[in-house]
Amino acid sequence: MVEDCLRYRNDDPVTDPAVTVDSFADQTNATAVRIEPGDDARALLPHLSRIALVEVNFPTYGDGRGYSAARILREHGYAGELRAVGDVLLDQLSHMRRCGFDSFAPAHPITAEAADKAFATWPDVYQKTVDGRAPIWAKRHG
Amino acid sequence: MYQYDTYDQEMVDARVAEFRDQVARRIAGEITEDQFKPLRLKNGLYLQLHAYMLRVAVPYGTLSSAQMRMLGDIADKYDRGYGHFTTRQNIQYNWIKLEDAPDILADLASVEMHAIQTSGNCIRNTTSDQYAGAAADEIVDPRPYAELLRQWSTFHPEFDYLPRKFKIAIIASETDRAAMKLHDIGIQLVKNEAGEIGCKFFVGGGMGRTPMIAPVINPFVPPLQMISYLEACLRVYNRYGRRDNKYKARIKILVHEIGADEYRRQVDEEFAHILTLGLEPPQAELERIKGFFANPGFETGLSDEIDRSDPDFAVWVDQNVAAHKQPGYAIATIALKPVGGIPGDASADQIRLMADLAKELSFDELRVTHAQNIVLPHVRKADLYTLWQRLDAAGLANANLDLISDIIACPGLDYCSLANARSIPVAQKISERFADLGRQRELGEIKLKISGCINACGHHHAGHIGILGVDRKGTENYQLLFGGSEGADTSLATIIGPGFSEDGVVDAIEKATDVYLAQRADGERFLDTYRRIGTAPFKEAIYG
Repeated sequence: MVEDCLRYRNDDPVTDPAVTVDSFADQTNATAVRIEPGDDARALLPHLSRIALVEVNFPTYGDGRGYSAARILREHGYAGELRAVGDVLLDQLSHMRRCGFDSFAPAHPITAEAADKAFATWPDVYQKTVDGRAPIWAKRHG
Repeated sequence: MYQYDTYDQEMVDARVAEFRDQVARRIAGEITEDQFKPLRLKNGLYLQLHAYMLRVAVPYGTLSSAQMRMLGDIADKYDRGYGHFTTRQNIQYNWIKLEDAPDILADLASVEMHAIQTSGNCIRNTTSDQYAGAAADEIVDPRPYAELLRQWSTFHPEFDYLPRKFKIAIIASETDRAAMKLHDIGIQLVKNEAGEIGCKFFVGGGMGRTPMIAPVINPFVPPLQMISYLEACLRVYNRYGRRDNKYKARIKILVHEIGADEYRRQVDEEFAHILTLGLEPPQAELERIKGFFANPGFETGLSDEIDRSDPDFAVWVDQNVAAHKQPGYAIATIALKPVGGIPGDASADQIRLMADLAKELSFDELRVTHAQNIVLPHVRKADLYTLWQRLDAAGLANANLDLISDIIACPGLDYCSLANARSIPVAQKISERFADLGRQRELGEIKLKISGCINACGHHHAGHIGILGVDRKGTENYQLLFGGSEGADTSLATIIGPGFSEDGVVDAIEKATDVYLAQRADGERFLDTYRRIGTAPFKEAIYG
């Protein structure tokens, strides 16, 4: 599993299996949770301190709900691993990173070299998000 | 007008490089057509019936002469010598080769243009009032806000895979020339009692299969919270818009299903959170952008007199020239609607001529209108006759703005893979039937709009007269609608009865205009008479 995962964190990977959002609240020892597109990421906000891994599933690349889920978690201070899993395509990596994902487990593996190239696509960004990059408007008036 | 700095240019250049790489991977077979499709769509490249079609963005419909000239050159170099201006103020080329597309994008980037997000389920090119910065009735120039929107929506990481496409229009006049309430989000810049500018948000309008007029979701958002409020509107939609059925996936369905009040509540909740994040570009950025839209150096003390001694010119002035905020100047519309022509089409030579005229006579500026015409926004009244003569020599002096032959039409089954019926031949026949300009002027303002399928790209729901092409047992059939409008009095047209053949629908329209002429009261347009007397007299004349 982890071998097929592109990871951009320095801590050790979590090995616990991810549980569903519904069952997470009752399983007080669970540290990993998996968000499906229809789940409300905000249901996890009361528990952020005990979560080490959130997997966000993309059953099809065109379902963009996971981008909002990721950003919401980061905007509320989630600092653990945020992994995009499923139909995750090379050309989506840079936007996903901007929304707070820091690991990727694509159904069809992507090489680290190709991913690095994808992350370097945009010299700058127009929006302030959760990735810490200064938007162009901030640089213009820095 | 706005000019790129190195940041803007690098973003567009990066996009060209990215797309060049994607096309190369596709041609090499490294990605499937299925995987390539969303990538090419985000660069405006569609696969149509006969070839690839490339849609180029014209942000808020504003072009410099150098940009317009490039559009003409691209038509010659990569297409068949013409381009098609669209209802979203963009231009489309219909005969593009996949392997040429990266080079076209590179040519566009050389004049600060692109095809970013002109298709796909993302935030599309923002549209605006074609008279912005020139209109006598605007409270402020909407273009700086539109440019702020362009930058915010470009490569927005969260909203690139929305349930469906997303269209935003922004205006700043009571007179709505952009069909603002028929957009996913319409923003009207307004002034409050204290004289402050704010954004009135209309959310959940649209045409398509289920036409809806957008309700007001927030009557006054301060300009320096506009981006944050948009983030909130889009986030609620991205999370809760329907994804189970593409025909119910637009935001209008979400707003309709949960209700405007509930949608507003959810947006307000999200907005309160987003305001804590500091996402909004500062006042200094809005001011920087405003600097590009300062008045272009209008002369003062010019005469408002126009020599009307040439009667053909006088007719064109009456029909195609609008009031400018600056004395001595006028707004001139070049109607791309010749008798028997294809609405919105222009040849490469015509495009370059319009570029030259803009440079010489309109402070280097042109606009594309959602009615598929071109505007020269700042022409000295003393130059109008020269302008008209040069347009006339190129077949561009059609004096039919807002008349029955000033038709909006989608590409239809001649080009489009979604269409059920052809639109262009119907438009051509109508303009031929009503070719006599005197007759058209007698009929007055009639906005006629034709779509070749229920997706309504030809805005038939908003036509005073609308035509919807359908497929009936393998034969093209045309339904006729009356009573739509896209202005401040936005209304949706209704089907009047059974459909017609191509020739039959032209006959029916002629009969409807006869009813109007017989029944109209003083000063009434076709639409006003229809609204007053209802469908019965029209149905009787058409089907009786």
